[in-house]
This record gives sequence, C-alpha cells and structure tokens, in this order.
Amino acid sequence: MSNPLVDMEKPDVIFAIGTNMTECHPVAALRLKKAIQRGAKMIVADPRRIPLAEMAHLYLPIRVGSDVALISAMCHVIVRDGLQDHDYIASRTRESEALFEHLEKCTPEWAAEICQVPAADIEQAARWYGAADRGAIYYTLGITEHVCGVDNVQSLSNLALLTGNLGKEGAGLNPMRGQNNVQGSGDAGGVPANFPGFQSVTDPANQEKFEKLYGKKVDLEKGITKITALNRAGEQIRAMLIDGENTVVSDADRKHGEAQLRKLDHLVVIDLFLTETAEMADVVLPATAWGETDGSQVNTERRVQRLRAAVPPQGQAKPDWWIISQIAKRCGIPGFEFTSAADVFNELCSLSPIYAGLDWDLIERGEYQWPVPHKGHPGTPVLHQGEFKNGRGIFKVIDYRPPAETVSASFPVWLTTGRRLQAYHTRTQTGRTAGIEYLLAEELLEIHPDDMREWKLQDGDTVNMSSSRGSVEVKVKASAKSPRGTVFCSFSFNEVPVNFLIGGGFDPVTETAEFKVCPVRIERTAAPARS
Amino acid sequence: MPPHMTAIEASPTLLTMTLDGEEVSFTRGETIYEVSRRHAKDVPTLCYDPRLDPFGGCRMCVVEVEGVRNPVASCTTKATPGMVVRTHTDALEGHRKTLLEMVVSENRQVDVDPLRGYASQELTQLVDRYEARTGRFRGKKSGTSKTGDPNPFILRDYEQCISCYRCVRVCAEQEGDYAISVANRGFATQITTEFDGLLKESTCTFCGQCVQTCPTGALADRKSLRAEALPGPITETRTVCTYCGVGCAVDLMTKGEKLVGVRPAMDGPANEGALCIKGQFAYDFVQHPDRLKTPLVRDASGELVPASWDEALDRAAAGFVKANAEHGRHSVYAISSGRAPTEASYTLQKFIRAGFASNHVDNCSRG
Repeated sequence: MSNPLVDMEKPDVIFAIGTNMTECHPVAALRLKKAIQRGAKMIVADPRRIPLAEMAHLYLPIRVGSDVALISAMCHVIVRDGLQDHDYIASRTRESEALFEHLEKCTPEWAAEICQVPAADIEQAARWYGAADRGAIYYTLGITEHVCGVDNVQSLSNLALLTGNLGKEGAGLNPMRGQNNVQGSGDAGGVPANFPGFQSVTDPANQEKFEKLYGKKVDLEKGITKITALNRAGEQIRAMLIDGENTVVSDADRKHGEAQLRKLDHLVVIDLFLTETAEMADVVLPATAWGETDGSQVNTERRVQRLRAAVPPQGQAKPDWWIISQIAKRCGIPGFEFTSAADVFNELCSLSPIYAGLDWDLIERGEYQWPVPHKGHPGTPVLHQGEFKNGRGIFKVIDYRPPAETVSASFPVWLTTGRRLQAYHTRTQTGRTAGIEYLLAEELLEIHPDDMREWKLQDGDTVNMSSSRGSVEVKVKASAKSPRGTVFCSFSFNEVPVNFLIGGGFDPVTETAEFKVCPVRIERTAAPARS
Repeated sequence: MPPHMTAIEASPTLLTMTLDGEEVSFTRGETIYEVSRRHAKDVPTLCYDPRLDPFGGCRMCVVEVEGVRNPVASCTTKATPGMVVRTHTDALEGHRKTLLEMVVSENRQVDVDPLRGYASQELTQLVDRYEARTGRFRGKKSGTSKTGDPNPFILRDYEQCISCYRCVRVCAEQEGDYAISVANRGFATQITTEFDGLLKESTCTFCGQCVQTCPTGALADRKSLRAEALPGPITETRTVCTYCGVGCAVDLMTKGEKLVGVRPAMDGPANEGALCIKGQFAYDFVQHPDRLKTPLVRDASGELVPASWDEALDRAAAGFVKANAEHGRHSVYAISSGRAPTEASYTLQKFIRAGFASNHVDNCSRG
C-alpha cells in the first residue's frame, strides 16, 4: 500500500475495485466503514454484489475482466471535464500528452458496452473520484489475477497520478496484500528479479555488492517465475524446494501442475501438514507453525512486526530458516551459520536499503513501516511524498484487451473465483479448526436466482462445471451476489478443485494466472431429487 | 472565530480544571473521565470502552462537580475551564458500592473464568475492590441465557449480563455489523438478534469483538472455555495473526504447552483491538494431530516414511547437488512462502543465489 491502514479512515472518496475486503481483509474494511460514517463516498466496482457493494454510494457491477475499459473511461471524463490536477501533472509526472491523446477515444459510452454498466454511472464515478480532495484507491486480486493484471494496475496508477492522489495523506494507490507475509517474502528477495530490498539482480552494482557479501558469484540474469519453472519441469528444472505452499491446489490448471511436479527428479517440501503437494515430494520436512516460531512478518502497509513463539513445536518440527540453512550447509554452501531468527533478520537488514535503519531489537514494538533508510529514521507510512523514487510518475498508454478466453456456445457462462470469510486458501489451516464447518461446511457454486430458474436448478443440486481444461462437480446455491451469466466459487475446498478449470491465460509480465475469468459450461449431473 | 478563541487554541495550557484538589490541564473536547484517566485517578467503569462513544449507562464513573447538585457521569461530561471535580469522596464511593451490590445481585455468579474474554474480569475486580459481595439485594434475576444457540464460538450466557450494551455498541460502532440489539427494559432487558434467533442467522460474522469487550463474561469465548479444566495460569504472548496481510497484533493465550485462545491486542497498530473470525478463532491447526511430527523420505517402494533429520536433510541436499552437477545451476528452483516468517524467504533466496549462482526463486504471490 502507498498509504498506511490508518489512512483508510480519511478519504473523501473511496474507489474499491476488485477487492472483497469485508471477507478477505475484514479488519481493514472496518476503517472504510468508519470513513463512510464520517461522510466519505464509496464507489465499488466488482462483478459480484459483494458486501462492500451493499455499503457503496455507487456500485458498478462490471463484467469480469473489463477493468481497463472502466478505468480508462474514468480518466477520459476527468480530463474532458478538467478535473485533473494540473500542477501535480506538470511537476511530478511525465508522458501525459500521450495518455491524453489515447484517452480521447475511451468514452464512457465505449466503456459502458464493454463493462455492461450504464455510461452515466461511469461518469458519476469519474466525477466523484476526480473532484475528491483525498481520493483513495483499494484493490486486490480482482485487479491482478487477469491476463491484463499489469495493465489494470497501470490504469489505476494513471487514475491516481492524473488526480494527484499519490503521495498524499488519506489517498493513494493501495493493493491489499493477501497473505500474512507475502510482503516480507518479496522484501527478503523471494522473487526472481530482485535481491533483498528490491535491488535489481541485473544492476552490476548490486551484483558486485552481493558477490562480496555472499562470497560467491551471483547470476547476471533474472530468474524465471514459478509458472515458467513448472512449465520447464523435467527439462531445464530438475530439482525443486517448495516452502509452505500447497502449489497443487492453489495454482491454476491443476492437472498440468500435478503432471509437471511429477516430472521433477527431486522435490523437497517444507510444510506443517502432508498437503496435496507434500504428498508428491521425495523429502518432506516438518516446519514449526505460527505460535511456535520466532521471526518477523511484514504487513500490507509495510509494517515490520515480530512473531513470537508461545508454545513448543509439535514433534520434531524446526523453523524454516533452520531447515533451509541445514540443507544449504549440506550442499557445501557457506554463510549459513545462523543460530537464531534474529541472526537472519539482522543480516537481511545489513544488506537491504529499505531495512537499513532496522534491526531485531528495533522491531520489538512494530512501529516501523519501511523504507527505513538509516538508524534514527522514523519509517515511511506514506510513500511518494514530495517525489517518486525514480523521479517522476510515468503515465502508461493502456489498451483494453479481452480476457484470454471469452464465453462461447460451448462455454457460455463466466466463472470467477475467490475467497470466503471463514476459509483461508486451501484450508490446510482453517480446515483443521473446530467450528469453522458450522459456518462453512462445503463449497457451493453461487448462481443468480434467475439463472437458477432458467437452468432449472434448485439449491443443493449438483452440477458438472467444465472448462476446456477439465470439469468438477459442485453443488449450487442461488445467490443475488452473482450477476446473471456469471457464477462464483472459491478454490478453498479440495472436494471442489476448481483450479482444474482455471488457466486459460496468464499475464505476460507477471505470469499470474487469470483466476478471475474462466468460461464454463454448467450441466446437471443427475435428475434432482424432487418431491 | 473571535480572537480570544484563537488564543486558547494556540495555548492549550490555558485550559485547566481542578481535579481532586490539583490544577490539571486538558484538551478541548476531553471528557472528565479521560482527564481523570490521564491523571491515574482510577475512576471505576463498567460500560466504558475507549474505542466506543461515551454511553453513560453504568453510572460507576460518577464524580462530583462543584456547583452541580447531583454527581455527573464523567464519561459523558466534557471538561470545562475552571471546573472543580472530585473523583473519590466517601459519598461517591458509597454510591459505587451500592450500585455494584445491585448489579451483581442479578447475576448467576460473580467469578468467571478469565478464558471467557479480554474484559471478563472487570466486574469481578470492581466487586472485590468495593467489597460488594454482600448479597444485600439478593432476589430478582435478569437476563435469559441463550443456551440453545449451538454456534461453536460465542457462548451467550446472559444470566451474567449487566446491560452495559458494550457488545451492542462494539458490533455497531466498531464492526458496522449491527447483528445484535437490546430488547425490553428493566429486569426483562435482553441482548438479542433480529427476531431473537441464532447468531448464525443474523449479520454476525463471529469476529468475537462482543466477547472481548464484555465486562462480565456473559458473552464468552466458547473455544477457549474448552480449556477451562486445564490447570495452571494463563500466559499471554504477543505476536501477529497468521492469516491475511493486514497484520493484526494478537496475544496468544497458553496454559502450559497448550494454545488455548487468541486475544486481539488493543494497542495493535494495524488492528487497534479488532479481529475477524479467522484471527480470533481459527488457531486449532497449530496443535492439530495432523501436524507433521518427523521428516519423511520416499523409500524404495515409493512410500513416504518417517526419517531422522540427518537422513532427510542429507537426502534433500543430495538431490540439489546432483541436479546441479548433472544439469547445471539453473536446474534447481525454489518457491518461498508468503505464509512463513521473512527469515524463511531470506534464507531460501540466499540458498539459491549464493548456492547456485542463480535467481531461480519465486514466491506464491502469482497464485
């Protein structure tokens, strides 16, 4: 997030797009509720009538995968009506001319046809956001899990830059990070393009620095993403170490994923449970769980906080850092003499510019939000204040692209997937918690009541849902949250392995799968039991 | 704004009042209770929660203000310049004791297990402080427990309810869920959902906020109470929730080696006392029997079988060394976890970068 969580109580206008925040980040959503009570207006764009939509002053039920059209049309109206921040554009951005020229054709009428919402509502959204003193954008995977995920984010960046909403208290461009420590994982260098602290691996100065620090040659080329790595399993990729991810269930195109993992010569999985992925491994190593482990964790607002052990490990479980260090030592790799999580964290701080002002003792109370460039620095709750890291904010010209697969005679219904409040991802944890089943016993496909009638389905009927990659059986439930012609289900239940269906396309830059759009066919499996 | 107002704003020290004989300063808008709290006056309360709007329901926080005939509720009365306030006179203390004697007379029991909730000991502590276990008003009871609500998270033990409305207010003001409300008045007062149904049928999300603010344990953490019979003291350990990226600070409750509950940290920077159902209640996985207890390696017959750490680590390392030797440094790949601590990702990327001169490492943010 560009801005801290506390800023979520401060905007005049909230634009929430592709974020089911009350279910996926419930405690953050409380702050939006407070902002609304204070008088803020909220615009929600989401194909599903999620709880956030019920709280919105303006709800745009856009078609799955049409975000770029909506956002471009909002930019069009802002420029057409002169609502842009001229001073900000002049002093802090570049390449606005190319964007303005491109936007001319992105009229609300053009977008209305693609998004399937009224042009007048797009105009309204643009005027509210454009006129706001503090306009804040919030988004989640509804923006990024598309073939055009990067385009979606850059479109939102255009919108925020046009209106001077980046680098301002109570505003900003705010992705809500999904996992407890996905931010920390990226910060620590768990990505193919960056050393720890987002230092590019292709920068010779960084290469020299890390060669000196690690006492070993480092690579001059970026690594490949895990999507590409899985595609190359059995060819280039022969051995894989997976830490704490149930790749088999959580990734798109499960059949392909399983087949690829089987091609590896050597698979090592570190996890708490014998997950579907661990079952495929040659070696499974038991890690200590949350509550058993000392360490650090970084939240969506870049706040570095301490994790503390409260109970002893189960069985012989060991901390991840210990396990990985032991493997490294046994591979003959130097530099793994760590004796505690503090040792590891302090080494990370010593070579990451964004953590340079931190150490294990300083994160005791969790008050720092990175970057903390030197000791004594208070941290940086709001990013981009005064100037951008790379000088100026750059506008990008983005063309709308349809999803990788669109509905057809064979697959006439849009499936979009996501999460539910009571379950977390593949349920390795919430599925092993007493009581959750009282509220969420099984996965039900949500279908608009009118579609239920038209397709002659009743609550509890089982259908066969297929895409070009596979099919799953799932029970159905009427829900007005789903728009007509679009159905929803979560990927949490292994009994409804919906990721067998997903995987029509991937973003060309991030290689993130299009989890949010998948044309399907829905057929009843057997005659329903009716009285 | 008139000039004299500006002067006051610019010099807040001009705003002073007398508190128990001492001149103290206050900020415009502060209540007498807030000023008293800042000056460690320990004015008792039952319906007060600093996160909620002042309510003035329990009357425990009454203070004497010179020139005002009756004691006033300090939580709803704003401090004004020159005000002379007394917080602990004999009359006030007598009034508080009588109030407590009346309040506890309606409850089934005074002492409740601290596992019930964060604030569950507030009434008990006040009753002890004021020596109010006198049984002076024994007789009529109020509140009917909702024993038929089978939800596994929130015990609705309204025979312990004192109608402070903290649960109703936290649900409305903090959560914005409006799942519960107050029905009836007097001895018939009842906290209830719409149509007096089950919490599951209401807009309740089982975030547990009502449980944690309840000062008597009338709303209680049913999961924690599973450990009521376990001996030993409760220990609290501050950490951060393991689910989404919001990073709510929590206190883990343990009895011996058993994890028995989770409490929201009221001073957690990201959550300020709030949690959701997952953070509040979904912790059983930690000590679940399905946890892997030993390393496993695949044997000659293709089965995963238990192994020693030495054997498993050697086997793990050998596979990477072999791949590197036979297929080159780019044949080894690692996926770091967005669920594990930062130290896991740091060591994993170092393993790949320093070990194989490769950048073949990624995390699970791509799905």
